[in-house]
Amino acid sequence: MEATRRLGIYRRLMGAQVRSHSSYRASFGLDLMANALIPLLDVAAVLAMFRVTKTLGGFTALEVVVMFGFSATAFTLADLAVGNIERIRIYVRQGTLDAILIRPLSVLGQLVTLDFTIRRVGRLVVALAVLGFAVSKANIVWTPGRMIMLIAGPLSGAVFFSAIFVGTATVAFWWIDSGEFANGFTYGGRDFTSYPITVYSGLFRRVFAYSLGFAFVGYYPSLALLGRADPLGLPAWVSWSSPLVALATAVVASVVWRFGVRHYRSTGS
Amino acid sequence: MVALAVAGFRRYATYRQATAASTFTNSVFGYLRCYVLLAAAAGSGLSVTAGYTPQQLATYCWASQGLIGMVMLWGWTDLGDRIRSGDIVADLLRPVHPVASYLAIDLGRAGHASLTRFVVPMVVGAISFDLYTPQRLATYPLFVLSALLGVVVCFGCRYLVNAAGFWLLDVRGVNLVWLFASSLLAGLAFPLHFLQEWPWLVIGLWVLTPFPSILQAPLDVLVERGSVAQLLGVVAGQAAWAGVMLTICWYVQRRAERKLVIQGG
Repeated sequence: MEATRRLGIYRRLMGAQVRSHSSYRASFGLDLMANALIPLLDVAAVLAMFRVTKTLGGFTALEVVVMFGFSATAFTLADLAVGNIERIRIYVRQGTLDAILIRPLSVLGQLVTLDFTIRRVGRLVVALAVLGFAVSKANIVWTPGRMIMLIAGPLSGAVFFSAIFVGTATVAFWWIDSGEFANGFTYGGRDFTSYPITVYSGLFRRVFAYSLGFAFVGYYPSLALLGRADPLGLPAWVSWSSPLVALATAVVASVVWRFGVRHYRSTGS
Repeated sequence: MVALAVAGFRRYATYRQATAASTFTNSVFGYLRCYVLLAAAAGSGLSVTAGYTPQQLATYCWASQGLIGMVMLWGWTDLGDRIRSGDIVADLLRPVHPVASYLAIDLGRAGHASLTRFVVPMVVGAISFDLYTPQRLATYPLFVLSALLGVVVCFGCRYLVNAAGFWLLDVRGVNLVWLFASSLLAGLAFPLHFLQEWPWLVIGLWVLTPFPSILQAPLDVLVERGSVAQLLGVVAGQAAWAGVMLTICWYVQRRAERKLVIQGG
């Protein structure tokens, strides 16, 4: 009873957002179109590399587009669900977070519904289309495991990116003027996962791919689907472990978030 | 005018934490794109890819991350915010033309960014990668001029995107179009010469759009892609685009003032 009442409130908050955004028609139309274009432009940037080379990090264009499809679908899903959390730094700086904290609803729930943008649905549709196209062309030998991975991969990636969004947004509680800091991990993570991790090297690869877990969004699910062994030499079961990595990251992010909310001190302005 | 530029410099000098956060993010993207470009160069099996050696590509990439902050590719909403709130009226009463005053402030801002947001990624890149050092002494002053023109062209584009607010009350859509045109067509996501198999596309972008004049031009000057004469031609093209953009801004501003309806109050 209580839960459905709350869901109703969130639905009304989101509905108000949708109505207010669509009231400026010309801008809304342009916005919808631009949003649908974004994944296409992103994939164009990836394909531009293949104008000068046949393989990137040992993978063909089609294989890299499979990785891109996983990454883009996961990212757009997460961005649609909790992407608004990045606005928390504005709320913290202006002190408007205080108003959110005293309302009898979850802080996270309010933040993600307060500026919900239906326009991002366009991105998701196009990202799914890119993934579907690449997978259908990649000569995949379908097994039940791979079919499950095709669904579980993007969902795990979405949970993972949501955790990254929430985890990095928490920084705003301590670092008032953190500006674009979180973007390095959210948008940086999206770009990182669009390419095979074999192109990176050194400390950068170790930190982003394994310590933070970005290798498990696009790269490893694609290896599982394509039936390719990891050129970096990790055993085959690693390619199937994306859901576990996503779960672990979500747990860490929720702990960090709770800790952050408890330690919030208003800027008092 | 000089006072406005100094004010712009000092305003951005106070945003120390935001500057640090931005240079961090620029550096993350520097690593990312640098590795991808070097992998493309390695995959091509050639010592020169689309006219760039691997060293030149690395410099191209890190300098592009530094220039993002200097030309301020994204995140400029000063004019748009003032249009929305109605504060723009105060700007119209001032003795300096709005385009000129915003440009002066922006040049001051760019001056600050050239000392902070440009330098940090270059240093990080130089520590981690083998960068290309310009061979010709003339490259240094030419790069300064080219980067300056890049700032002016980018300012013109941003001004127009913001000025759309005079007609549209919600400019998010226009902003988004600019965001993606600027990152894909300016030479940030990849050097435009990677598309050299389609020469008419590349030439068309250079001649018909202002975007390559923002980043691709100063970057080519810095890594000395081409002879001195060719690069002088590139900078002359930038100067032409800077003139065109400022003229359009002037005209748009005049049209806007004629139909201005004050919001807010």
